[in-house]
Amino acid sequence: MFDILDPAFVDWSRAQFAMTAMYHWIFVPLTLGLGLILGVMETLYYRTHNEMWLRAEKFWMKLFGINFCIGIATGLILEFEFGTNWSNYSWFVGDIFGAPLAIEGIVAFFLEATFIAVMFFGWKKVGPKFHLASTWLTWVGATLSAWWILVANAWMQHPVGMKFNPDTMRNEMYNFAAVALSPTAVNKFLHTVISGWLLGAVFVVGISCWFLLKNREKPLALGSMKIATIVGLAAALFSLYSGDRSGYEIAQTQPMKLAAFEGEYQGGADRPFVLFGIFNPNKKAPNDKVDPYLCKIEIPKLLSLLSMHQLHAYVPGINDLLNGGYKLPNGSKALSAQDKIAIGKTSIKALDAYRAASKAGDKDGALIAKVVMEKTMPYFGYGFIKSPNDLVPNVPLNFYAFRVMVGVGFYFILFFIVFTVLLFKKNFIEKRWLMWVGLYSIILVYIGGEAGWVVAETGRQPWSIQDLLPTAVSISKLNIGNVEASFFIFLTIFTVLLIAGICIMVKAIKKGPEPQSLNN
Amino acid sequence: MSTYEILQHYWWAIISLLGGLLVFLFFVQGGNTMIFSLGKTEEQRRLIVNSTGNKWEFTFTTLVTFGGAAFASFPLFYSTSFGGAYWAWMIILFSFVLQAVSYEFQNKIGNLLGTKTYRIFLTINGVIGPLFVGVAVASFFTGSQFIVNKTNFIESQMPVISQWTNPLHGLELVEVLNNLLLGVAVLFLSRILGMLYFVNNIKDIDLEKHIRKNLPIETVIFLIFFLSFFIRILRTIGFTVMPSGEIAMESYKYFHNMIAMPVVSIIFIIGVIGVLFGILGTIYNKSFNKGIWYSGIGTVLTVFGLLLLAGYNNTPYYPSTTDLQSSLTLQNSCSSFFTLKVMSWVSVLIPIVLVYIFYVWRKMNAKQIDSEELKQNKEELY
Repeated sequence: MFDILDPAFVDWSRAQFAMTAMYHWIFVPLTLGLGLILGVMETLYYRTHNEMWLRAEKFWMKLFGINFCIGIATGLILEFEFGTNWSNYSWFVGDIFGAPLAIEGIVAFFLEATFIAVMFFGWKKVGPKFHLASTWLTWVGATLSAWWILVANAWMQHPVGMKFNPDTMRNEMYNFAAVALSPTAVNKFLHTVISGWLLGAVFVVGISCWFLLKNREKPLALGSMKIATIVGLAAALFSLYSGDRSGYEIAQTQPMKLAAFEGEYQGGADRPFVLFGIFNPNKKAPNDKVDPYLCKIEIPKLLSLLSMHQLHAYVPGINDLLNGGYKLPNGSKALSAQDKIAIGKTSIKALDAYRAASKAGDKDGALIAKVVMEKTMPYFGYGFIKSPNDLVPNVPLNFYAFRVMVGVGFYFILFFIVFTVLLFKKNFIEKRWLMWVGLYSIILVYIGGEAGWVVAETGRQPWSIQDLLPTAVSISKLNIGNVEASFFIFLTIFTVLLIAGICIMVKAIKKGPEPQSLNN
Repeated sequence: MSTYEILQHYWWAIISLLGGLLVFLFFVQGGNTMIFSLGKTEEQRRLIVNSTGNKWEFTFTTLVTFGGAAFASFPLFYSTSFGGAYWAWMIILFSFVLQAVSYEFQNKIGNLLGTKTYRIFLTINGVIGPLFVGVAVASFFTGSQFIVNKTNFIESQMPVISQWTNPLHGLELVEVLNNLLLGVAVLFLSRILGMLYFVNNIKDIDLEKHIRKNLPIETVIFLIFFLSFFIRILRTIGFTVMPSGEIAMESYKYFHNMIAMPVVSIIFIIGVIGVLFGILGTIYNKSFNKGIWYSGIGTVLTVFGLLLLAGYNNTPYYPSTTDLQSSLTLQNSCSSFFTLKVMSWVSVLIPIVLVYIFYVWRKMNAKQIDSEELKQNKEELY
C-alpha cells in the first residue's frame, strides 16, 4: 500500500515547512515580548511624562518594526503552505483546522494590522491616549494571533472535538470549545507566548548591556533593563511552570514523543531523568539491544516525578510503547504497535467496504462496515504505517533539542535572578563581565526557542495529526523538482532578508536612540 | 433551501466580499508599480512609498484572511487549488514576501541591497500580485485541470485526493486568454486605484497633475481588457450543476446567471458605475479627490458580484476541465454544517472590524501627506 510515495518528496515538503516555521519563529517571539515591553514603556511615559521613556520606546519600536515585517512575511507563507504542500491534510482535517486560521485573520490579525499603523505613524495624528491604546492593541492582536495559531498546532498534537465522516472522507468538528480550549492548547499557548516574553526581555537586556559597555545612553539603557528584567524574571519562572505542565500533558497524550525526547528506550517505574548523555551512533533500531548511550548523567526517579507527577510512577519507554503489554492508567493492557497497525488496516478496509456498500445501495452492508470502522477509528492512522519502527521519531535529535531548550530555560532563570539582584546595586554598570554575558545571551535565547520547536514538531513524527494522519499521507501530488525549487527559492529569499534585517538592526542599534529634540 | 445550503451561500458571499476587498486594497500594489514612473524626484518617490506605507498591511491581512476563510469554509478548494496550482500561488507568495519587508527596509541604513532594489521589489509585487490573482479569479470561470477522487485516500497507491493534471502546476493558467484578460484588467484597475488614492492622500501639485493626465490612458486599457473578459465570459459555454447533481456545460451560462439573479447583476452594475464615476470625476473635475472612495467601493461591489456569478445559481465555482464531475461546487467542497455555523457566529465580528478600520483610517488620513511631513518625521516615516 502507498509504495509509490517517494519518501524524499515527503522530506522536501517537510523541509520546506520546517524551514519556514523556523524562520518564522526567529521573529515572532520578539514581536510578542518586545510588544509587551513597548506597552509598558509608553504607559510609563503617559503617566510620568518622562521624555526618557518616549525616547526608549521609539528606539525599541524601530527594532520591533524591522523584526515584525519579516515575521508576517514568513507567517503568510506558513498559512498557505498547508494548502500548497499538504493538500490531503487540508481536506482531511480542514473542517477543524481551518477554523482557527480564519478566526486568527478576522479577530487578531486585523487588530494588529490596524493599530500597528497608528503605533508607528500616528504619533502626531492621534491623541496620546489613543496612541497608548493602539500600542497595547497591537500587542493584544499579536498575542491573540498566537492563541489561534497555537490552538491549531495543539490540535495537531492532540486531536479532540471531531469525528470521522465516511461519506465526506474527512474529520468533522462537533465541539468547538473542545478544540479552542483544550488543555493542550492552553499549555502550548502559555509556554510559547511566555517564552516569547522571555526572548523579548533578554533582547532588551542584551542590547542595553551593549550601550552600557559603550558608555552610552546610561539612563535609557538602565530604564529599559529594569522593565525587561522584571518581565524576564517573571517569564523565566512561569516558563518553568508551563513547561512542567506541558511535559505532564505530553506524557498523557503523546507518550512516544516523551519517550523520544527523554531518550527512554526501556521504561519502568521509578525512572531516572537523564540530565545529560551522549548517544551511541551504533544504536540503529529500538530493539537491537545496543545501549543507546555512550555515557550519561542521571537523577534518580526524576523522570517519573516530572512526567507523571508521582515519584514511583511507571513511564513507558519506546520499546514498551512498541511492544505493548504494560498496564495503562485506566487498568487496561496497552496494545502493541503491531496490534495498532492491524486495527488501523481493519479500519481502512471497513471504510472501503462502507463506501462500496453505500455506492451499491446495500444499507445493511454499509451499516455493518460503519460499526467496524467507528470501533477501530482511534487507530485509523496506524493503518498507513508500514513497520512499528516507523512510529519512532528521531530520538537523538529530540533528546538533544529538549536538553538545549530546558538548559537554556534554567540558564535564564539564573540570569534574571542575577540581573535582578545586581541591577539595583550602585556598582552594577562596573560589572563589565555581566554586560558581556547579557549581550551574548541573546544568541542563547534564540537557540533555546528554536530547540523548543524542534521538540514540538519532530517529536510528533511520523504524524501530522497525532495517531490520525501520518505526515507521508498528508501531501500534495507534486513532482519532487517543484518542491526542491520552491525550497531553494524560499531559502534564498529568507536568508537574504534575515541577513539584511540583522544588518539594519545592528546599524540602528549602533546609531542608538534619536536625540530628544527629534522625538517631539 | 436548507439551513446548510444557506450557510454555504453565506460563506461564498463572505469569500466573495473578501475577494472584493482584496482587489480594492490592491491600490497599494498598483501604486507601487508607479514608484519610478510617477515619482520623478526622490521626494515624490518617498511620498508615494509613505502614502501606501501605512496601508499595505491591510492588503496583506485581507490576503491571509481570504486564505483562512477559504480553508475553513471550502477546504476542498483550498486543498485542490493551492496544492494543484502550486506555481501560480507560489509566485504570488514570493512577491508578497518581498513586499512585506521592502517598505521597512528600503530607506534604512545597512539594508544590504540598496534602496532601489527594495523599491523594485515593491514594483514586482505590484505587478505580480494583481496580475496573478486576476488570473486565478478568472479560472473560476474558465476552469482548471484537476481530478478529485476522495476514494484515492484508501484505494490508490498515490493517496492524494486532489490531483492537478497539468505538469505546469498553475503556470498554464496564464496561457488561457480569458484568464490573461482579467489578470491584466485587475493590474490596470490596481494602478487606477493607486492613482486615485494618491490624488486623495498626497499633497503634491506636480504629482497630481501627472496622475490626472495619465488616468484616461490607464482607464482605456483597463476597460478594453475588462470588457473583453466580461463579454467573452457572458458569451462562452459555462459550467452548470444539473438537478441530478451532475456537472454539465451550458451555453451562455454566466449570462443566464445574470438574468436569474437580478440582485447580483444590480450589485455588479452599481459596482462598475461606481468605479467609472470615481475615475471620470477625477478626470473631469480638477478639485475632485474622493475618486478612490467611489471607485474603491465600486471595485468591492464589482468583484463581489463577479464571484457570486461564479458560485451561485447551481454553478460550479471551481470547474475542472479535465473531469467535469470533479468540479467544485458550494455543496461538494464546503465544511460541515457545524463548522459553517460556528464560523458564521465568528463572522458577526466582521462589522466591528470594519468599523474600527474605518475609524483608524479616517484618523490617519485626516491630513494629506506632503513634503513637510516627510521632513518633520524623517525618523518615523519610510
